[in-house]
Amino acid sequence: MRSMFRRIWGLMYRHLALYRRSWPRLLELAYWPVLNMCIWGFTSSFLRARMGNPAVMAGATLLGGVLLWEVTLRSQMGMSISFLEEMWSRNLGHVFVSPLRPFEMVLALVGMSIIRMLLGTMPAILLAWAFYAFNLFTLGPVLVLFFMNLMIMGWAVALGVVSLILRHGAGAEPLAWGLLFGLAPFSAVFYPVSVLPTYIRPIAYALPTTHVFEGMRGALLHGEIRWDHLAAAFALNIVWLGGAALLFARQFHRARVSGALISIGE
Amino acid sequence: MSAPYPDAMNAIQVENLSKSYGDVRALDGVSFAVPAGTTLGLLGGNGAGKTTTIAMLLGLLVPTSGQITVLGHDMAKDRFEALARMNFSSPYVALPSRLTVRENMRVYGHLYNVAKLDQRIAVLARELDLGEILDRPAGQLSAGQKTRVALAKALINRPELLLLDEPTASLDPDTGDLVRSWLEQYRAESGCTILLASHNMAEVERLCSDVVMLKKGRVVDRGSPDQLLARYGRHDLEAVFLDIARDRRQASDT
Repeated sequence: MRSMFRRIWGLMYRHLALYRRSWPRLLELAYWPVLNMCIWGFTSSFLRARMGNPAVMAGATLLGGVLLWEVTLRSQMGMSISFLEEMWSRNLGHVFVSPLRPFEMVLALVGMSIIRMLLGTMPAILLAWAFYAFNLFTLGPVLVLFFMNLMIMGWAVALGVVSLILRHGAGAEPLAWGLLFGLAPFSAVFYPVSVLPTYIRPIAYALPTTHVFEGMRGALLHGEIRWDHLAAAFALNIVWLGGAALLFARQFHRARVSGALISIGE
Repeated sequence: MSAPYPDAMNAIQVENLSKSYGDVRALDGVSFAVPAGTTLGLLGGNGAGKTTTIAMLLGLLVPTSGQITVLGHDMAKDRFEALARMNFSSPYVALPSRLTVRENMRVYGHLYNVAKLDQRIAVLARELDLGEILDRPAGQLSAGQKTRVALAKALINRPELLLLDEPTASLDPDTGDLVRSWLEQYRAESGCTILLASHNMAEVERLCSDVVMLKKGRVVDRGSPDQLLARYGRHDLEAVFLDIARDRRQASDT
Protein backbone atom coordinates (compact mmCIF):
# COMPACT_ATOMS: atom_id res chain seq x y z
CA MET A 1 0.00 0.00 0.00
CA ARG A 2 2.80 2.39 0.93
CA SER A 3 4.58 1.75 -2.36
CA MET A 4 1.32 2.43 -4.23
CA PHE A 5 0.97 5.85 -2.59
CA ARG A 6 4.62 6.53 -3.28
CA ARG A 7 4.18 5.79 -6.98
CA ILE A 8 1.12 8.05 -7.10
CA TRP A 9 3.08 10.77 -5.30
CA GLY A 10 5.97 10.28 -7.74
CA LEU A 11 3.82 11.21 -10.71
CA MET A 12 2.23 14.11 -8.83
CA TYR A 13 5.65 15.36 -7.76
CA ARG A 14 6.65 15.46 -11.44
CA HIS A 15 3.88 18.01 -12.10
CA LEU A 16 4.19 19.93 -8.85
CA ALA A 17 7.91 20.43 -9.44
CA LEU A 18 7.00 22.29 -12.63
CA TYR A 19 4.59 24.62 -10.85
CA ARG A 20 7.05 25.30 -8.06
CA ARG A 21 9.36 27.11 -10.42
CA SER A 22 7.02 28.59 -12.98
CA TRP A 23 4.81 31.54 -12.01
CA PRO A 24 3.31 31.76 -15.55
CA ARG A 25 1.99 28.23 -15.09
CA LEU A 26 0.41 29.21 -11.78
CA LEU A 27 -1.00 32.38 -13.30
CA GLU A 28 -2.49 30.44 -16.19
CA LEU A 29 -4.43 28.23 -13.78
CA ALA A 30 -6.34 31.19 -12.32
CA TYR A 31 -6.38 33.45 -15.38
CA TRP A 32 -9.54 32.22 -17.15
CA PRO A 33 -11.67 31.68 -14.01
CA VAL A 34 -10.81 35.20 -12.80
CA LEU A 35 -11.44 36.69 -16.24
CA ASN A 36 -14.78 34.90 -16.44
CA MET A 37 -15.70 36.14 -13.00
CA CYS A 38 -14.86 39.73 -13.97
CA ILE A 39 -17.11 39.57 -17.05
CA TRP A 40 -20.06 37.93 -15.33
CA GLY A 41 -19.54 39.94 -12.15
CA PHE A 42 -19.85 43.22 -14.04
CA THR A 43 -22.79 41.82 -15.99
CA SER A 44 -24.66 40.98 -12.79
CA SER A 45 -23.75 44.41 -11.33
CA PHE A 46 -25.19 46.06 -14.42
CA LEU A 47 -28.38 44.00 -14.22
CA ARG A 48 -28.75 44.84 -10.53
CA ALA A 49 -28.32 48.56 -11.24
CA ARG A 50 -30.86 48.54 -14.07
CA MET A 51 -33.46 46.15 -12.72
CA GLY A 52 -33.15 46.55 -8.99
CA ASN A 53 -34.00 43.82 -6.48
CA PRO A 54 -35.37 41.16 -8.86
CA ALA A 55 -31.98 41.00 -10.51
CA VAL A 56 -30.11 40.42 -7.26
CA MET A 57 -31.01 36.74 -7.04
CA ALA A 58 -30.65 36.30 -10.77
CA GLY A 59 -27.15 37.74 -10.48
CA ALA A 60 -26.38 35.43 -7.58
CA THR A 61 -27.44 32.33 -9.51
CA LEU A 62 -25.46 33.57 -12.48
CA LEU A 63 -22.27 33.99 -10.45
CA GLY A 64 -22.89 30.70 -8.64
CA GLY A 65 -23.26 29.02 -12.02
CA VAL A 66 -20.05 30.60 -13.30
CA LEU A 67 -18.05 29.49 -10.26
CA LEU A 68 -19.43 25.98 -10.04
CA TRP A 69 -19.03 25.43 -13.78
CA GLU A 70 -15.38 26.40 -13.37
CA VAL A 71 -15.08 23.62 -10.78
CA THR A 72 -16.17 21.04 -13.37
CA LEU A 73 -14.12 22.58 -16.15
CA ARG A 74 -10.91 22.96 -14.12
CA SER A 75 -11.27 19.41 -12.75
CA GLN A 76 -11.61 18.04 -16.27
CA MET A 77 -8.81 20.13 -17.73
CA GLY A 78 -6.58 19.55 -14.72
CA MET A 79 -6.69 15.83 -15.36
CA SER A 80 -6.54 15.71 -19.14
CA ILE A 81 -3.87 18.40 -19.48
CA SER A 82 -1.67 16.69 -16.89
CA PHE A 83 -1.87 13.58 -19.10
CA LEU A 84 -1.11 15.67 -22.19
CA GLU A 85 1.94 17.14 -20.47
CA GLU A 86 3.30 13.62 -20.04
CA MET A 87 2.66 13.04 -23.72
CA TRP A 88 4.20 16.32 -24.87
CA SER A 89 7.37 15.66 -22.89
CA ARG A 90 7.61 12.21 -24.54
CA ASN A 91 7.83 10.75 -21.05
CA LEU A 92 4.97 8.26 -21.28
CA GLY A 93 7.34 5.56 -22.56
CA HIS A 94 9.17 5.70 -19.22
CA VAL A 95 6.00 6.04 -17.14
CA PHE A 96 4.26 3.07 -18.74
CA VAL A 97 7.26 0.75 -18.26
CA SER A 98 7.61 1.70 -14.60
CA PRO A 99 5.70 -0.26 -11.92
CA LEU A 100 3.03 2.47 -11.91
CA ARG A 101 -0.31 0.76 -12.56
CA PRO A 102 -2.77 2.47 -14.93
CA PHE A 103 -5.23 3.05 -12.08
CA GLU A 104 -2.44 4.63 -10.04
CA MET A 105 -1.71 6.95 -12.94
CA VAL A 106 -5.40 7.91 -12.97
CA LEU A 107 -5.31 8.56 -9.21
CA ALA A 108 -2.23 10.76 -9.64
CA LEU A 109 -4.04 12.69 -12.38
CA VAL A 110 -7.06 13.03 -10.06
CA GLY A 111 -4.75 14.41 -7.37
CA MET A 112 -3.32 16.95 -9.80
CA SER A 113 -6.83 17.81 -10.96
CA ILE A 114 -7.90 18.67 -7.39
CA ILE A 115 -4.84 20.86 -6.84
CA ARG A 116 -5.19 22.61 -10.19
CA MET A 117 -8.93 23.13 -9.66
CA LEU A 118 -8.44 24.67 -6.22
CA LEU A 119 -5.62 26.94 -7.42
CA GLY A 120 -7.75 27.96 -10.41
CA THR A 121 -11.11 28.59 -8.80
CA MET A 122 -10.21 29.95 -5.34
CA PRO A 123 -9.05 33.36 -6.68
CA ALA A 124 -12.30 33.66 -8.65
CA ILE A 125 -14.37 32.71 -5.59
CA LEU A 126 -12.54 35.33 -3.52
CA LEU A 127 -12.96 37.89 -6.29
CA ALA A 128 -16.72 37.27 -6.36
CA TRP A 129 -16.89 37.77 -2.62
CA ALA A 130 -14.67 40.87 -2.53
CA PHE A 131 -15.99 42.77 -5.54
CA TYR A 132 -19.44 41.45 -6.37
CA ALA A 133 -20.78 40.69 -2.90
CA PHE A 134 -21.33 37.07 -3.78
CA ASN A 135 -20.16 34.58 -1.17
CA LEU A 136 -20.35 31.05 -2.53
CA PHE A 137 -19.77 29.68 0.95
CA THR A 138 -23.19 30.92 2.07
CA LEU A 139 -24.47 27.75 0.43
CA GLY A 140 -23.17 26.02 3.55
CA PRO A 141 -21.74 22.51 3.95
CA VAL A 142 -23.77 21.27 0.99
CA LEU A 143 -21.25 23.14 -1.14
CA VAL A 144 -18.77 20.34 -0.45
CA LEU A 145 -21.22 17.84 -1.96
CA PHE A 146 -21.74 20.11 -4.97
CA PHE A 147 -17.97 20.36 -5.45
CA MET A 148 -17.56 16.58 -5.16
CA ASN A 149 -20.15 15.88 -7.81
CA LEU A 150 -18.82 18.48 -10.20
CA MET A 151 -15.26 17.22 -9.80
CA ILE A 152 -16.30 13.61 -10.37
CA MET A 153 -18.15 14.62 -13.53
CA GLY A 154 -15.02 16.50 -14.68
CA TRP A 155 -12.89 13.40 -14.08
CA ALA A 156 -15.30 11.20 -16.00
CA VAL A 157 -15.11 13.49 -19.02
CA ALA A 158 -11.33 13.76 -18.64
CA LEU A 159 -11.00 9.96 -18.61
CA GLY A 160 -13.05 9.93 -21.79
CA VAL A 161 -10.68 12.49 -23.33
CA VAL A 162 -7.60 10.50 -22.28
CA SER A 163 -9.20 7.36 -23.74
CA LEU A 164 -9.76 9.14 -27.04
CA ILE A 165 -6.16 10.35 -27.05
CA LEU A 166 -4.99 6.78 -26.45
CA ARG A 167 -7.17 5.68 -29.36
CA HIS A 168 -6.58 8.53 -31.82
CA GLY A 169 -3.30 10.05 -30.65
CA ALA A 170 -2.46 13.74 -30.87
CA GLY A 171 -5.44 14.36 -33.17
CA ALA A 172 -7.74 14.10 -30.16
CA GLU A 173 -5.83 16.73 -28.14
CA PRO A 174 -8.26 19.63 -28.78
CA LEU A 175 -10.98 17.65 -27.00
CA ALA A 176 -9.14 18.33 -23.75
CA TRP A 177 -10.22 21.97 -24.06
CA GLY A 178 -13.53 21.74 -25.85
CA LEU A 179 -15.39 18.54 -25.01
CA LEU A 180 -16.94 19.64 -21.73
CA PHE A 181 -18.30 22.85 -23.26
CA GLY A 182 -20.54 20.64 -25.39
CA LEU A 183 -22.33 19.57 -22.21
CA ALA A 184 -22.79 23.10 -20.86
CA PRO A 185 -26.05 23.91 -22.70
CA PHE A 186 -27.63 20.74 -21.31
CA SER A 187 -26.26 21.17 -17.80
CA ALA A 188 -28.57 24.10 -17.00
CA VAL A 189 -25.67 26.09 -15.64
CA PHE A 190 -27.28 29.53 -15.93
CA TYR A 191 -30.96 28.65 -16.34
CA PRO A 192 -33.33 26.01 -14.95
CA VAL A 193 -34.05 22.82 -16.85
CA SER A 194 -37.62 24.02 -17.33
CA VAL A 195 -36.28 26.52 -19.86
CA LEU A 196 -35.09 23.70 -22.12
CA PRO A 197 -37.42 22.17 -24.72
CA THR A 198 -39.22 19.12 -23.37
CA TYR A 199 -37.42 16.69 -25.68
CA ILE A 200 -34.01 17.88 -24.47
CA ARG A 201 -34.79 17.55 -20.77
CA PRO A 202 -34.06 13.79 -20.57
CA ILE A 203 -30.55 14.54 -21.87
CA ALA A 204 -30.17 17.28 -19.26
CA TYR A 205 -31.33 15.02 -16.44
CA ALA A 206 -28.84 12.34 -17.49
CA LEU A 207 -26.02 14.72 -16.58
CA PRO A 208 -24.89 14.88 -12.93
CA THR A 209 -24.00 18.55 -13.42
CA THR A 210 -27.64 19.43 -14.17
CA HIS A 211 -28.73 18.15 -10.77
CA VAL A 212 -25.99 20.11 -9.04
CA PHE A 213 -27.01 23.35 -10.73
CA GLU A 214 -30.68 22.73 -10.00
CA GLY A 215 -29.66 22.07 -6.40
CA MET A 216 -27.62 25.27 -6.33
CA ARG A 217 -30.58 27.32 -7.52
CA GLY A 218 -32.79 25.64 -4.92
CA ALA A 219 -30.34 26.64 -2.20
CA LEU A 220 -29.80 30.19 -3.43
CA LEU A 221 -33.37 31.07 -4.42
CA HIS A 222 -35.41 29.12 -1.89
CA GLY A 223 -32.93 28.29 0.83
CA GLU A 224 -33.67 24.58 0.52
CA ILE A 225 -31.35 21.66 0.03
CA ARG A 226 -32.61 19.42 -2.76
CA TRP A 227 -31.44 16.04 -1.55
CA ASP A 228 -33.25 14.40 -4.44
CA HIS A 229 -31.05 16.25 -6.91
CA LEU A 230 -27.92 15.50 -4.91
CA ALA A 231 -28.77 11.80 -4.76
CA ALA A 232 -29.40 11.78 -8.50
CA ALA A 233 -26.09 13.55 -9.11
CA PHE A 234 -24.17 10.96 -7.07
CA ALA A 235 -25.97 8.05 -8.73
CA LEU A 236 -25.37 9.41 -12.22
CA ASN A 237 -21.74 10.12 -11.38
CA ILE A 238 -21.26 6.48 -10.45
CA VAL A 239 -22.58 5.52 -13.88
CA TRP A 240 -20.54 8.19 -15.72
CA LEU A 241 -17.31 7.49 -13.88
CA GLY A 242 -17.79 3.73 -14.14
CA GLY A 243 -18.40 4.02 -17.87
CA ALA A 244 -15.38 6.28 -18.32
CA ALA A 245 -13.17 3.92 -16.30
CA LEU A 246 -14.27 0.98 -18.46
CA LEU A 247 -13.60 3.00 -21.61
CA PHE A 248 -10.14 3.97 -20.32
CA ALA A 249 -9.28 0.37 -19.40
CA ARG A 250 -10.43 -0.82 -22.81
CA GLN A 251 -8.54 1.86 -24.74
CA PHE A 252 -5.41 1.34 -22.66
CA HIS A 253 -5.48 -2.35 -23.50
CA ARG A 254 -6.16 -1.61 -27.16
CA ALA A 255 -3.22 0.81 -27.19
CA ARG A 256 -1.01 -2.01 -25.85
CA VAL A 257 -2.29 -4.28 -28.60
CA SER A 258 -2.01 -1.76 -31.44
CA GLY A 259 1.37 -0.40 -30.37
CA ALA A 260 -0.04 3.10 -29.81
CA LEU A 261 1.73 3.37 -26.45
CA ILE A 262 5.09 3.20 -28.23
CA SER A 263 4.39 6.07 -30.57
CA ILE A 264 1.97 8.19 -28.55
CA GLY A 265 2.90 11.86 -28.69
CA GLU A 266 4.98 11.56 -31.82
CA MET B 1 18.36 -7.51 -4.59
CA SER B 2 14.90 -9.11 -4.24
CA ALA B 3 14.08 -12.80 -4.06
CA PRO B 4 15.51 -14.96 -6.85
CA TYR B 5 13.08 -16.07 -9.54
CA PRO B 6 12.09 -19.72 -9.77
CA ASP B 7 14.00 -20.45 -12.97
CA ALA B 8 17.33 -19.13 -11.76
CA MET B 9 18.96 -19.85 -15.09
CA ASN B 10 17.10 -17.44 -17.35
CA ALA B 11 16.28 -13.82 -16.63
CA ILE B 12 14.33 -13.66 -19.88
CA GLN B 13 12.52 -16.54 -21.56
CA VAL B 14 10.78 -15.79 -24.85
CA GLU B 15 8.86 -18.58 -26.52
CA ASN B 16 7.43 -18.53 -30.02
CA LEU B 17 6.71 -14.80 -29.87
CA SER B 18 4.74 -13.26 -32.72
CA LYS B 19 3.26 -9.85 -33.34
CA SER B 20 1.03 -8.89 -36.24
CA TYR B 21 -0.47 -5.56 -37.21
CA GLY B 22 -3.25 -6.57 -39.56
CA ASP B 23 -1.50 -8.37 -42.41
CA VAL B 24 1.94 -7.14 -41.41
CA ARG B 25 3.90 -9.62 -39.34
CA ALA B 26 6.39 -7.63 -37.27
CA LEU B 27 7.63 -10.62 -35.30
CA ASP B 28 7.31 -14.24 -36.33
CA GLY B 29 7.87 -17.09 -33.89
CA VAL B 30 10.84 -15.62 -32.05
CA SER B 31 12.29 -17.69 -29.21
CA PHE B 32 15.34 -17.00 -27.10
CA ALA B 33 16.48 -17.05 -23.52
CA VAL B 34 18.87 -14.80 -21.66
CA PRO B 35 20.71 -16.51 -18.80
CA ALA B 36 20.86 -14.47 -15.61
CA GLY B 37 23.93 -12.29 -15.32
CA THR B 38 24.75 -12.31 -19.01
CA THR B 39 24.44 -9.66 -21.71
CA LEU B 40 22.52 -10.46 -24.87
CA GLY B 41 22.82 -8.34 -27.98
CA LEU B 42 19.75 -8.00 -30.15
CA LEU B 43 20.92 -7.18 -33.66
CA GLY B 44 19.10 -6.52 -36.87
CA GLY B 45 18.46 -3.86 -39.45
CA ASN B 46 15.73 -1.29 -39.27
CA GLY B 47 12.37 -3.06 -39.10
CA ALA B 48 13.92 -6.35 -38.03
CA GLY B 49 11.80 -6.46 -34.87
CA LYS B 50 14.21 -5.27 -32.15
CA THR B 51 12.03 -2.44 -30.85
CA THR B 52 8.94 -4.64 -31.06
CA THR B 53 10.69 -7.30 -29.01
CA ILE B 54 11.84 -4.82 -26.38
CA ALA B 55 8.39 -3.21 -26.21
CA MET B 56 6.86 -6.63 -25.51
CA LEU B 57 9.49 -7.42 -22.89
CA LEU B 58 8.52 -4.16 -21.18
CA GLY B 59 4.80 -4.86 -21.38
CA LEU B 60 4.19 -1.86 -23.66
CA LEU B 61 2.97 -4.15 -26.40
CA VAL B 62 0.79 -7.26 -26.18
CA PRO B 63 2.04 -10.19 -28.28
CA THR B 64 -0.28 -11.72 -30.85
CA SER B 65 0.94 -15.11 -29.64
CA GLY B 66 3.73 -16.59 -27.62
CA GLN B 67 4.89 -16.25 -24.06
CA ILE B 68 7.32 -13.97 -22.25
CA THR B 69 8.71 -14.72 -18.81
CA VAL B 70 10.83 -12.02 -17.21
CA LEU B 71 12.59 -12.59 -13.88
CA GLY B 72 10.24 -15.50 -13.29
CA HIS B 73 7.07 -13.50 -13.99
CA ASP B 74 4.67 -14.19 -16.82
CA MET B 75 4.41 -10.78 -18.50
CA ALA B 76 0.83 -11.50 -19.57
CA LYS B 77 -0.27 -11.93 -15.97
CA ASP B 78 1.93 -10.06 -13.53
CA ARG B 79 4.11 -7.68 -15.47
CA PHE B 80 4.24 -5.06 -12.72
CA GLU B 81 6.13 -7.46 -10.43
CA ALA B 82 8.78 -7.79 -13.11
CA LEU B 83 8.79 -4.10 -14.03
CA ALA B 84 9.67 -3.15 -10.45
CA ARG B 85 12.88 -5.20 -10.76
CA MET B 86 13.95 -4.08 -14.21
CA ASN B 87 14.56 -0.81 -16.01
CA PHE B 88 14.94 0.62 -19.47
CA SER B 89 16.88 3.27 -21.28
CA SER B 90 16.56 4.62 -24.78
CA PRO B 91 17.66 7.87 -26.38
CA TYR B 92 14.29 7.92 -28.14
CA VAL B 93 12.28 8.25 -24.93
CA ALA B 94 12.84 11.56 -23.17
CA LEU B 95 12.73 12.62 -19.57
CA PRO B 96 10.68 15.74 -18.72
CA SER B 97 12.90 18.50 -20.05
CA ARG B 98 11.83 21.25 -17.65
CA LEU B 99 12.53 19.21 -14.56
CA THR B 100 16.05 19.25 -13.22
CA VAL B 101 18.12 16.09 -13.27
CA ARG B 102 17.62 15.71 -9.52
CA GLU B 103 13.85 16.15 -9.84
CA ASN B 104 13.75 13.55 -12.61
CA MET B 105 15.70 11.17 -10.41
CA ARG B 106 13.29 11.81 -7.56
CA VAL B 107 10.25 11.15 -9.78
CA TYR B 108 11.60 7.79 -10.89
CA GLY B 109 12.90 6.98 -7.44
CA HIS B 110 9.34 7.33 -6.14
CA LEU B 111 7.86 5.37 -9.07
CA TYR B 112 10.30 2.52 -8.38
CA ASN B 113 9.90 2.84 -4.59
CA VAL B 114 13.64 3.29 -4.06
CA ALA B 115 14.70 3.26 -0.42
CA LYS B 116 17.01 6.04 0.81
CA LEU B 117 16.44 7.91 -2.41
CA ASP B 118 18.68 10.90 -1.72
CA GLN B 119 21.59 8.59 -0.99
CA ARG B 120 20.93 6.62 -4.16
CA ILE B 121 20.85 9.82 -6.22
CA ALA B 122 24.13 10.92 -4.64
CA VAL B 123 25.77 7.58 -5.47
CA LEU B 124 24.59 7.69 -9.08
CA ALA B 125 25.65 11.32 -9.40
CA ARG B 126 29.14 10.37 -8.25
CA GLU B 127 29.43 7.24 -10.39
CA LEU B 128 28.04 8.80 -13.54
CA ASP B 129 29.65 12.18 -12.99
CA LEU B 130 26.37 14.09 -12.72
CA GLY B 131 27.31 16.29 -9.77
CA GLU B 132 27.55 19.53 -11.74
CA ILE B 133 24.34 19.04 -13.67
CA LEU B 134 22.07 17.68 -10.93
CA ASP B 135 20.20 20.96 -10.59
CA ARG B 136 20.06 21.85 -14.25
CA PRO B 137 16.91 21.24 -16.34
CA ALA B 138 17.21 18.01 -18.31
CA GLY B 139 16.32 19.84 -21.51
CA GLN B 140 19.44 22.02 -21.32
CA LEU B 141 21.90 19.14 -21.33
CA SER B 142 24.19 17.96 -24.12
CA ALA B 143 23.56 14.60 -25.82
CA GLY B 144 26.27 12.98 -23.74
CA GLN B 145 24.91 14.38 -20.50
CA LYS B 146 21.38 13.30 -21.42
CA THR B 147 22.63 9.77 -22.03
CA ARG B 148 24.30 9.68 -18.63
CA VAL B 149 21.11 10.98 -17.00
CA ALA B 150 19.03 8.39 -18.87
CA LEU B 151 21.42 5.73 -17.61
CA ALA B 152 21.14 7.06 -14.07
CA LYS B 153 17.36 6.86 -14.35
CA ALA B 154 17.70 3.28 -15.61
CA LEU B 155 19.91 2.36 -12.65
CA ILE B 156 17.89 4.19 -9.99
CA ASN B 157 16.20 0.99 -8.74
CA ARG B 158 19.32 -1.21 -8.96
CA PRO B 159 17.66 -3.29 -11.69
CA GLU B 160 18.26 -6.99 -12.00
CA LEU B 161 17.47 -6.67 -15.68
CA LEU B 162 18.38 -3.73 -17.86
CA LEU B 163 16.91 -3.24 -21.32
CA LEU B 164 18.93 -0.82 -23.40
CA ASP B 165 17.84 0.41 -26.80
CA GLU B 166 20.86 1.90 -28.60
CA PRO B 167 22.31 3.35 -25.39
CA THR B 168 25.22 5.08 -27.12
CA ALA B 169 23.46 6.35 -30.25
CA SER B 170 24.62 9.86 -31.20
CA LEU B 171 27.42 9.91 -28.63
CA ASP B 172 31.00 10.85 -29.40
CA PRO B 173 33.49 7.95 -29.12
CA ASP B 174 34.81 9.13 -25.76
CA THR B 175 31.38 9.38 -24.11
CA GLY B 176 30.28 6.15 -25.76
CA ASP B 177 33.29 4.40 -24.29
CA LEU B 178 32.55 5.81 -20.84
CA VAL B 179 28.96 4.57 -21.01
CA ARG B 180 30.12 1.10 -22.02
CA SER B 181 32.61 1.09 -19.13
CA TRP B 182 29.86 2.05 -16.68
CA LEU B 183 27.66 -0.73 -17.98
CA GLU B 184 30.47 -3.25 -17.60
CA GLN B 185 31.15 -2.01 -14.08
CA TYR B 186 27.48 -2.17 -13.06
CA ARG B 187 27.10 -5.67 -14.48
CA ALA B 188 30.23 -6.86 -12.65
CA GLU B 189 29.12 -5.35 -9.36
CA SER B 190 25.45 -6.28 -9.46
CA GLY B 191 25.25 -9.44 -11.53
CA CYS B 192 22.60 -7.69 -13.60
CA THR B 193 21.31 -9.18 -16.84
CA ILE B 194 21.43 -6.84 -19.83
CA LEU B 195 19.58 -6.98 -23.12
CA LEU B 196 21.11 -4.57 -25.57
CA ALA B 197 19.73 -3.51 -28.94
CA SER B 198 22.38 -1.68 -30.87
CA HIS B 199 23.67 -0.84 -34.32
CA ASN B 200 27.16 -0.38 -32.95
CA MET B 201 28.85 -3.70 -33.67
CA ALA B 202 31.99 -2.86 -31.71
CA GLU B 203 29.81 -2.19 -28.70
CA VAL B 204 28.05 -5.52 -29.10
CA GLU B 205 31.37 -7.37 -29.43
CA ARG B 206 32.65 -5.70 -26.29
CA LEU B 207 29.60 -6.07 -24.06
CA CYS B 208 27.66 -9.10 -25.21
CA SER B 209 28.32 -12.72 -24.40
CA ASP B 210 25.56 -13.79 -26.75
CA VAL B 211 23.94 -12.30 -29.85
CA VAL B 212 20.55 -12.88 -31.46
CA MET B 213 20.36 -11.79 -35.09
CA LEU B 214 16.90 -10.72 -36.22
CA LYS B 215 15.73 -10.21 -39.76
CA LYS B 216 12.20 -9.48 -40.92
CA GLY B 217 10.84 -10.47 -37.53
CA ARG B 218 12.62 -13.81 -37.30
CA VAL B 219 15.70 -15.08 -35.53
CA VAL B 220 18.14 -15.89 -38.31
CA ASP B 221 21.17 -16.73 -36.22
CA ARG B 222 22.43 -16.82 -32.69
CA GLY B 223 25.69 -17.35 -30.87
CA SER B 224 28.52 -15.65 -29.09
CA PRO B 225 30.34 -12.96 -31.07
CA ASP B 226 33.28 -15.38 -31.54
CA GLN B 227 30.99 -18.16 -32.73
CA LEU B 228 29.33 -15.86 -35.25
CA LEU B 229 32.66 -14.58 -36.55
CA ALA B 230 33.90 -18.14 -37.00
CA ARG B 231 30.66 -19.28 -38.58
CA TYR B 232 30.68 -16.54 -41.20
CA GLY B 233 34.45 -16.47 -41.60
CA ARG B 234 34.60 -12.77 -40.77
CA HIS B 235 36.80 -10.59 -38.58
CA ASP B 236 34.17 -8.31 -37.16
CA LEU B 237 30.45 -8.40 -36.41
CA GLU B 238 29.73 -5.62 -38.87
CA ALA B 239 30.72 -7.89 -41.72
CA VAL B 240 28.55 -10.66 -40.27
CA PHE B 241 25.67 -8.17 -39.93
CA LEU B 242 26.04 -7.14 -43.59
CA ASP B 243 26.24 -10.75 -44.75
CA ILE B 244 22.95 -11.48 -43.02
CA ALA B 245 21.26 -8.22 -43.97
CA ARG B 246 22.14 -8.58 -47.65
CA ASP B 247 21.77 -12.35 -47.92
CA ARG B 248 25.32 -12.43 -49.26
CA ARG B 249 26.41 -15.62 -47.71
CA GLN B 250 25.19 -18.43 -45.52
CA ALA B 251 26.79 -19.39 -42.26
CA SER B 252 29.07 -22.38 -42.72
CA ASP B 253 27.04 -24.61 -40.42
CA THR B 254 23.54 -23.60 -41.45
